[in-house]
Amino acid sequence: MRRIFQKIYEIGIVTEPVARDAEYERLGRELKRRVDERFRGSLAIRQVDAGSCNACELEIQALNNPYYDLERFGLHFVASPRHADLLLATGPVSRHMEEALRRTHAAMPEPRWVIAAGDCAAGRGEFVCGYACAGAVSAVLPVDLEIPGCPPTPLQLLQGLLVLMNA
Amino acid sequence: MAASLVAAAPLDAAAPLAMNAAGWLLALAQTALFVAAAPLFAGWIKRVKCWLQNRQPPPLAQGYRDLRRLFAKRVRLADQASVVFRIAPYLVFGATILAAAVTPFLSVNLPTAAITDAIALTGFFAFARFFLALAGMDIGTAFGGMGSSREMTLSALAEPAMLMALFTVAMVASSTNLATVITSIETQMVMTRPSLWFAAFGFLLVAVAETGRIPVDNPATHLELTMIHEAMILEYGGRHLGMLEWAAQLKLLVYAVLAINIFNPWGIAHEDSASALGLAIAAMAGKLLVLGIVLAVTETLQAKLRLFRVPVFLMLAFTLALGGMLSFIILEAG
Repeated sequence: MRRIFQKIYEIGIVTEPVARDAEYERLGRELKRRVDERFRGSLAIRQVDAGSCNACELEIQALNNPYYDLERFGLHFVASPRHADLLLATGPVSRHMEEALRRTHAAMPEPRWVIAAGDCAAGRGEFVCGYACAGAVSAVLPVDLEIPGCPPTPLQLLQGLLVLMNA
Repeated sequence: MAASLVAAAPLDAAAPLAMNAAGWLLALAQTALFVAAAPLFAGWIKRVKCWLQNRQPPPLAQGYRDLRRLFAKRVRLADQASVVFRIAPYLVFGATILAAAVTPFLSVNLPTAAITDAIALTGFFAFARFFLALAGMDIGTAFGGMGSSREMTLSALAEPAMLMALFTVAMVASSTNLATVITSIETQMVMTRPSLWFAAFGFLLVAVAETGRIPVDNPATHLELTMIHEAMILEYGGRHLGMLEWAAQLKLLVYAVLAINIFNPWGIAHEDSASALGLAIAAMAGKLLVLGIVLAVTETLQAKLRLFRVPVFLMLAFTLALGGMLSFIILEAG
């Protein structure tokens, strides 16, 4: 027991320091400044998957991990549309999710914004014209901003959020 | 003792009245500080957790900003919402503030602490929980009802354990009044009383369950199926949600302050002088910082328990509290 603790103490922490993405950090600080100004330092996001292939969700999920860590800029994801200010929709709105997307938007208290993230949601993907889809998010809801990319990287999502703040 | 107090009272009738007014003012100020500090304590726990997870923490004031955002938003109610749903946030927030008001925070010399006791405190929390559970079921969504049913199931197990722990300290102090309990425990050697050790551990386990922290509930979860407290407030928005979140943070701080003041009360003020209150504020802040670190470390080390294992957890809390009472009766009384 004593030996193993001694060993742990002698070796110390060998994890290498993370190389931070300078561009992301710069945009993040800018975003935080804008959130502080326009939203008084706090913004809640509700994400809805309206028939996406989950590639967009993987990238959005990455915003929550310790590397990108969106929460330190004052934005966080919430579990209910009633808690949210911003609706982040992905996917070529499938007919089954069309009503759910409408209801999610209707449940959000004002003031509220809608972002369509990814090529499908922006009406550019290959699935949008299929018979099972209602088309881009803008065909169902008033969209404030479209973020292109298949899927949009965390950096692109952050740039999109910044555009919304500056609009 | 009692006789001498009664005899002394008529001699100087004006003094107690003046002291009373000042006392109520102090109680009011202390309650305001209690309510205002609640988001800060929650933010501190979050900050320590961020450090442990190798994250960069949001600013300490983020809790206040989130509340400000919620209070600035419009409320959007479901069509089916009844009057219960609308008044529940006010009742829950109000009852939690009352619970904070009767808890000795910085001073034991409070009129609010003198007129209530530990059972009334538990009652305030039970009142808040009852209306929150009603509100959870009011809209008729599946998750709200599920959250309410889970909350009531767990509270049926947590409340007896909580009362048993409080009864143990009440027996040691021969009073259920919290101010008397704290004064009495401060003068006794806590380390030499096994009953208080048992009660302290039992109380800590119940406090974790009652305030909805890991391993019983996860305040940061997005998975509806694992939610307890969060499931009941899914349908709330705007200022209603702000009040409920503030109430949850305040409840956490009340339990933290109870745990600190009952089992480790040194530094608490006994008179209303500036130096005594200053020392009390410093001691309480220091102890809350340490307790926040302990909470964050235990929450980081543990995974959330499966719902069906939570009764075992609460049973352990009850057994510890019962052990405290038994060890008082067998080892210490008489």
